[in-house]
Amino acid sequence: MHPSVGKAWRAARRRVTPPRHHAVRIVAVAVALGVAATACASSPPPTGTLAETTLNASGATFPKVFYEESILEFGLRESRVTINYAGGGSGKGRTDLQERQVDFAGSDAVVKQEDVHNYQGGEFLYIPTVTAPITVSFHLEGVEGLRLAPDTIARIFQRDVTAWDDPAVAADNPGVELPDTDITVARRSDGSGTTENFTKFLVSAAPETWTLGAGSTVEWPADTQGAQGNAGVAGLIKGTDGAIGYIDYSEAVVLELSFASVRNSAGNYVEPSAASTAAAVEAAEINADLTYDPIDADGPEAYPIAAPTWILVYRNQTDRAKGEALKAFLRYLLTDGQALALELDYAPLPAALAEQALARVEQIEVPL
Amino acid sequence: MTAIDTAPRTPARPAAATPSRRTADRVFQRMTLGAGLLVLLILALIVLSTVDQARPAFAHMGLRFFTSSRWAPPSDEYGALSFIYGTGLISLLALVLAVPVSLGIAVYLSELAPLNARRVVTVVIDLLAAVPSVVWGLWGFLVLRSPLQRFYQTLSDVLSPVPGVGKLFEGPVSGLSFATAGTILALMIIPIITSLSRDVMDTVPVAQKEAALALGATRWEMIRGAVLPYSKGGVIGAVVLGLGRAMGETIAVALVIGSSGQITSRLFAAGDALPSQIANQFNESEGLFRSALVALGVTLFFFTIVVNLAARAIVTRTNRHLKGVAL
Repeated sequence: MHPSVGKAWRAARRRVTPPRHHAVRIVAVAVALGVAATACASSPPPTGTLAETTLNASGATFPKVFYEESILEFGLRESRVTINYAGGGSGKGRTDLQERQVDFAGSDAVVKQEDVHNYQGGEFLYIPTVTAPITVSFHLEGVEGLRLAPDTIARIFQRDVTAWDDPAVAADNPGVELPDTDITVARRSDGSGTTENFTKFLVSAAPETWTLGAGSTVEWPADTQGAQGNAGVAGLIKGTDGAIGYIDYSEAVVLELSFASVRNSAGNYVEPSAASTAAAVEAAEINADLTYDPIDADGPEAYPIAAPTWILVYRNQTDRAKGEALKAFLRYLLTDGQALALELDYAPLPAALAEQALARVEQIEVPL
Repeated sequence: MTAIDTAPRTPARPAAATPSRRTADRVFQRMTLGAGLLVLLILALIVLSTVDQARPAFAHMGLRFFTSSRWAPPSDEYGALSFIYGTGLISLLALVLAVPVSLGIAVYLSELAPLNARRVVTVVIDLLAAVPSVVWGLWGFLVLRSPLQRFYQTLSDVLSPVPGVGKLFEGPVSGLSFATAGTILALMIIPIITSLSRDVMDTVPVAQKEAALALGATRWEMIRGAVLPYSKGGVIGAVVLGLGRAMGETIAVALVIGSSGQITSRLFAAGDALPSQIANQFNESEGLFRSALVALGVTLFFFTIVVNLAARAIVTRTNRHLKGVAL
């Protein structure tokens, strides 16, 4: 919701540093020619080889920071290409792409089979771009680390467990002194891919306990607290002793929230991180269309609540300039952009999957 | 009106002026007619397209859309009752909190305040009306939530044992709740109700007020006997305009209501309202879910119309009644 200070700083730094040598060169030329430097600095020479075009996109908000930063970096290489990523949610992205209002869409979820025929541009491709863990963040005075099993998480979020010193929590945390603070459950009030992935995890890992199903919004118990966006949930957690909620990793890191290690299907308690998420993606089965489900993946090191995200594009592009720009941007995301992802607290794709995705990008057909 | 306007004011050259003036009049009349019809057209299109998009949800749920309070998108269950209840409850709360304060300010401004204080307060109230609703919402979420929760706890401890009314104040209390949404809404509608009521009170003829005073009425008796009855219709209109805004307010409510669709008498519990549910869920909705959200919009639209018509009826009746007394 709000770009955090840390991210803004990193963004500003990147914005300033690379063009500096351009500026120096421009000024030198300007002085040599006796031209006013200001006139020249306002229109630096274009970089890159692509034709002038604008790509519009909307969709998932969880990878939005990554896409925005990538767009900035990509813009330095190909200054004639303008890309707007509007966010708005995966559902909005998919609807916009169906109606061809955007050139590509971000989505955290796979398109339902019954919706496929609604895509007016014909066949579309899934390009995986990045992944990230979803943390179970908490705020409990006097407790730093916490370990939680899927069943315990399900019971907490269903309000079956309402105090921190409940035997269920204690069983996961031998040796930790738990206060008798009441548990406050914070969750999203807006429809969200994060909610969808979190509840999918509970359906998969705690099928006996979790009864609320999975979706972008579920029928939360009335005594849970709803807030808008990751930032809203994080605000509730920060401000309430005894609060717990699910938050995208990058937001939790930037806001310095404590988060729990979650027990995976191998029985290990794993902390969310780029490495443990990559382990989950590696363990997941990759389908032919490059969709995959890293949630509750096997593998001793895998963090079980990992969110995938894709960019959806039409295979047959209708505009040459747009098509070429789109392919170049996707190539950037899957190569140099992956390092950027790590810097922004996302998990890069495993090398093999990135290779497959690059091959898929080359299948996009651009008219001559 | 038209008779006066078209009457030639320069009888010296009536023949030359009339035809072109007549054309101009006709063009002007057509233009205003068009503008008037445009409103109807837009309204009709909105009704048509929303009802059309809402049809799958109404067909799927039938009457249960209005009678069920279970809203569970994963299992395609869409009952709007808890949201209708929430909208009604927070609007009512907002009115209960805002109307006395607004009327107090309006009476003060029109009858009691010294001239320079009147100017300052009026400007401040207008500024209050200019605060965007998202700012109200964020302020409620970030600043008011914790202190209100402590206040609710105290209130709940004191008042919940009271038989009857106590039910409203039972715990557990939540900072994001019906009560918080009602409070924020009250603050948002105070400027509207105040400035409209003050304008109406300013129209009370001085002769009436002086007559009351001349009969030996105190200031309070003058306000009660002359000002309030005279401005009753206008004040009711102002209150209903405030109610309309409260019912439709979206983002501020979405931020502070807690988003738990439930029907409870506990004011300090989290709830949800029609517009905030739409705003929160629309972006991630598809298919039947989206249709159900549009259906919520249709429902809200329907209630707003009912409230407005009811208000019109009340205002007309009060005015007629008033005229009867005056005659």
